[in-house]
Amino acid sequence: MPGTVIGLGMVSFFTDASSELVAAFLPVYLLYGLGVSYVQFGLLDGLYTGATAVLRLAGGHLADRLARPKAIALAGYGLSAFTKLGFPLAGASVAGIGGLLALDRAGKGIRTAPRDAMITAASDRGSLGRSFGAHRALDTAGALAGPLIAFALLAWVGNAYDAVFGASFCLGLVGVLILVFFVRDAPAPVVRPKVRIRESVKLLSTPALRRITLCVVVLGLATAGDAFLFVALAKQGGVPGNGLSLLPLGTAVIFLLCAVPAGRLADRLGRWRVFVAGQLLLVTAYGCVWLLTGWALVPVVLALHGLYYAATDGVLMAHVGGLLPEHLRSSGMAVVQAGQALARMAAAITFGALAQGWALGPAFGVFAAALLAATLFSTRASRSVTP
Amino acid sequence: MNRKTAGILAITAVLVLGGGYVAWSAWRQSPASAAGGLDVTKRGSLLYVGADGRVAQRAQNGTTTTGDLRCLRVYSAGGTTSCMRTVAVPAGFETVVLGKSLEPLRTIRVDGTPSRTRVSASGRLVAWTVFRTGDSYQPGRFSTTAGIYDTQSKRLYGSLEDFALTIDGQPYDKPDVNYWGVTFAADDRTFYATVGSGDRTWLLRGDLATRSLTSVRENAECPSLSPDGTRVAYKKKDQDGQWRLTVLDLKAGTETPLAETMNIDDQQVWLDNATIGYGRPQNAGVYAVPADGSGAPTLVQARASSPSPL
Repeated sequence: MPGTVIGLGMVSFFTDASSELVAAFLPVYLLYGLGVSYVQFGLLDGLYTGATAVLRLAGGHLADRLARPKAIALAGYGLSAFTKLGFPLAGASVAGIGGLLALDRAGKGIRTAPRDAMITAASDRGSLGRSFGAHRALDTAGALAGPLIAFALLAWVGNAYDAVFGASFCLGLVGVLILVFFVRDAPAPVVRPKVRIRESVKLLSTPALRRITLCVVVLGLATAGDAFLFVALAKQGGVPGNGLSLLPLGTAVIFLLCAVPAGRLADRLGRWRVFVAGQLLLVTAYGCVWLLTGWALVPVVLALHGLYYAATDGVLMAHVGGLLPEHLRSSGMAVVQAGQALARMAAAITFGALAQGWALGPAFGVFAAALLAATLFSTRASRSVTP
Repeated sequence: MNRKTAGILAITAVLVLGGGYVAWSAWRQSPASAAGGLDVTKRGSLLYVGADGRVAQRAQNGTTTTGDLRCLRVYSAGGTTSCMRTVAVPAGFETVVLGKSLEPLRTIRVDGTPSRTRVSASGRLVAWTVFRTGDSYQPGRFSTTAGIYDTQSKRLYGSLEDFALTIDGQPYDKPDVNYWGVTFAADDRTFYATVGSGDRTWLLRGDLATRSLTSVRENAECPSLSPDGTRVAYKKKDQDGQWRLTVLDLKAGTETPLAETMNIDDQQVWLDNATIGYGRPQNAGVYAVPADGSGAPTLVQARASSPSPL
């Protein structure tokens, strides 16, 4: 495994732990630390996703333009880390806290594409899937550790809430320091093509990337939010009213354990093939919560869901990274990621409206059918491009 | 000094300084003298959560005692105390039901951030409400779960969503319903709660024995039944979208807005049959206001929340 990949994995581990620590702790902080209503913050959630998509494109383009993905990734990681120091200063100001959350997500948007480009640059063509799998496994481990640290700290320091933000900042800073000291930028080619916005835009006229982006958007439009799947699973699987919050852990653990094997499999069988097969796992999971009941559903659906992430999340970027010319890698990855993020946002709104007007089960039936159609479309659309 | 050594030194420095800061914060929190002695059987006193996150008790003569119990929300009645708090592994929240000497009797994991909790006057029934973001059908909204535990039969009603709901005489089965803010009647069977669906809310009367919920009137959230069972205090949305504390006379069906004009997001308590207690925003403190709409709010306990009269 290349050192850069492990290094970036550790950076993501600490950064995700830092961010998820705050995310888990924020409702408690707002409601009980500050005594302000949580209602107002939920409304901003949708805005972030949109803003992140635009910043992803900007981050990707800048990384290519300057040919310095590490510098751009560092700016993103640094921004998120230093945001954590702002929370104690913002006090009970709703605008202040909303702004800090937006900055945190902005950092995430900026860094993602350059970082994935660095993973690609550091890996052999033949083992991209394994590299991305290792990175995503460490990333997920960080996301699991964050809430645990948050609530363990609360038990220890009581309501010394500044200490919780301080701990989050330190974790983020450790991530930044690992990036600075232990991760090397790939040497920039001596002669490199100049990258302007036009080249980044033109990327979409390359058939391979255009088709992948189209497929990813179509698939994204048929992907329901995870939270809904867990609610439906709790209902259909007869999970008692107090077990819902444990279900996401099941998905995360399976993802964590299977990310590397799935990546290796993708390297051997073809990344796009594994990515598409992963969609079928999700179709099956949707079908299960739509049609079946019983406790056995719980382990089955969680396994399908975790395997879906293992087969698609890192594998998609491994596939895209392998196809793009080196000097436009960050931009290209950003285009695919932004397309996916926006499509999923639209899907979340559609799914919500469908479930509200109808019911959760049938809504998953519709999405299962739509996702199956999108998957078949993706198999055909890409046949001419990828082996 | 090479790059790797510099990196290791820098990371070690951050971890040591950060760990030291957290340890210092924890140490600073411990009280100089561990004041124990909460007595939930002492009538006429007020239990609340203090500014340091610990449950405290204010005696009738105004003296306060802080205990070692940490809760986000607390409520106590009839010798039973409900404390909602965080759990580290797996990260989340729980309601712990405590007995007369605050010994834990049962721990119930809950699916979201604690919002409300109540205990019936006899101490038999315990209710809680939690909220979550992410699985609401409308983006940016949150969903809630309200549950009840019967300490006598040990029966757990994990979610009111499993009850049959009737609104304005018609069975109501829209999938987007959310329940919150349970309050109990003296018979340990009847309760009141709120249901929300779309942009509307209703005050409900519930029956634990038949597992049914029936609407009483629209636009009433987080009810609180008076000790004599004749009135319900709740927060009502006015035209500006602000919550106004309001009392409903159940027999006459008349609503009385209270003298508190601030936007209050709390489940009220009855300090006695004529006085309402509640927490003001930003942990300003527990306030009291007459239940008949007269008078003005008065401060009961500064920098306190989650009042529970004993």
